[in-house]
Amino acid sequence: MQIYLPIAEVSVNAFLLLGLGGMVGILSGMFGVGGGFLMTPLLFFIGIPPAVAVATEANQIVASSFSGVLAHFKRKTVDLRMGVVLLIGGLIGAALGVVLFNYLKAQGQVDLLVKLCYVVFLGVIGGLMFIESLNAIRKTAKGGAVPTRKKHNWIHKLPFKMRFRVSGLYISVIPPILVGLCVGVLAAIMGVGGGFIMVPAMIYLLGMPTKVVVGTSLFQIIFVTAFTTMLHATTNFTVDVVLAVLLLVGGVVGAQVGTRIGVKMKAEQLRILLAIMVLLVCGKLAFDLLVMPSELYSVAAEGGH
Amino acid sequence: MRWLIALLLLAFPVAAEEVVLGLSQDEIAITTSFDGSEIFVFGAVKREAPIPEGELGVIVTIAGPSVPVTVRRKERRFGIWINTDGVEIESAPSYYAVATSANLDDVLSVRENLRHKVSVPSMIQSVSAPNTVLDASAYVNALIRIRENSGNFQLLEGKVVVDDETLFRTRIRLPAALTEGAYETRIFLTRDGDIVSQYETAIDVRKVGLERWLYSLSRNQPVLYGLMSLAIAIFAGWGASAAFSLLRN
Repeated sequence: MQIYLPIAEVSVNAFLLLGLGGMVGILSGMFGVGGGFLMTPLLFFIGIPPAVAVATEANQIVASSFSGVLAHFKRKTVDLRMGVVLLIGGLIGAALGVVLFNYLKAQGQVDLLVKLCYVVFLGVIGGLMFIESLNAIRKTAKGGAVPTRKKHNWIHKLPFKMRFRVSGLYISVIPPILVGLCVGVLAAIMGVGGGFIMVPAMIYLLGMPTKVVVGTSLFQIIFVTAFTTMLHATTNFTVDVVLAVLLLVGGVVGAQVGTRIGVKMKAEQLRILLAIMVLLVCGKLAFDLLVMPSELYSVAAEGGH
Repeated sequence: MRWLIALLLLAFPVAAEEVVLGLSQDEIAITTSFDGSEIFVFGAVKREAPIPEGELGVIVTIAGPSVPVTVRRKERRFGIWINTDGVEIESAPSYYAVATSANLDDVLSVRENLRHKVSVPSMIQSVSAPNTVLDASAYVNALIRIRENSGNFQLLEGKVVVDDETLFRTRIRLPAALTEGAYETRIFLTRDGDIVSQYETAIDVRKVGLERWLYSLSRNQPVLYGLMSLAIAIFAGWGASAAFSLLRN
């Protein structure tokens, strides 16, 4: 069933969008990532104009994250206080990101820099997580206890300390704000919630327990992506609500399924799966940058698309 | 005023042949289920004298609204493919189709093509390339190639059927990815490559119903539109969560 999207001004298959939404929704619920880092490139691939894909994806992430976070609230795996601290950084970062995005768009280099960001971030994070999780699984298999991650590092020497009861942490608010800020910038320029960076940063930099990380990440992603949606809707007019509805119908259902799958899996397994997926997307993007494209020219119409 | 028009009409001799046109539709409504459209263009050659000498040709063109575009080229730098040079084109139609009764070169002389801008390349105007770009025409060709592949530019040679030098008809396909606006439709009647008669009209392509409402809302009330999108997202998220807890209990 073909459906015409009023803002994107293209006609696409509705079932294809429902299916994509569902698939990405499952991943979103399992790993606490918005799934934008998968969905945005997929939307480019089916012919949605990039500006519309980035803006609409932000709106769709609001839905899947909200659906996911409700499930986490029920299980009390959301650190609200940490979420709010991350959010403060996130909102500042999102505003900076939109400014940066518009500057790069004028230079004609936004595609390249977005892709390079993806390759670098996905490669580094995916690689680190993969190695770490693999080591943890090996040690568990040998019968040894799972090693507790390092509790004390330079982060504990910073001022403005705050107690985060749910996470069982007593750390400075500076690292969470910085993490939120970086993720906010990425959210705005890449059309992603930033969960794929937020989750590892919370585990490895802040030392939060994996089970709390997912819910807290989803909690702050809702607000950052809602803010990004409003910025795109009011400055670029590129949020396509019909596209968003089709994606989120599949997405919210998928997120519920995914959250339940996630509960049944071990933290190490969850992390290694996420790492593999991150590396796959990274490899595909790197491949596209390195191999000569079949069409060397690209056309950009002025005025949004 | 009226006598002036009458005088003008007298001053120019009435063409020996004139084109009379019919369109299957002069309006295209973009609805939610819009998946492209096909326009049936038909007409007749009206003449009061015997059929004149020379080869008869019929050309039908449909042009979507023109907008400025930037064409960029990728080059390998530091091992990766990046956009290096760009050429700005002041005016290129978002959609352009030319249907002819024979090869375009046979039915239209070069001079007439220049004057009336009929062929696909002649529709692309005001190419401004920076000094670093030596082959601006490669960029124009690339634009034509990309838009031809997407069905937005069409050269349909020999697709206009002419019966008895009088009746003609053709079908032109409009792709699903259509922009709104007045689609200027022109019919040329040629004899030995010279235009003897022409007719112009416009096909109005516009969004209707829900499509129109959402589009206007997003442009005129962006804050409201954004909030509505967010409300739908939050509601859908909550709805799915609630539905799943009901299922489990």
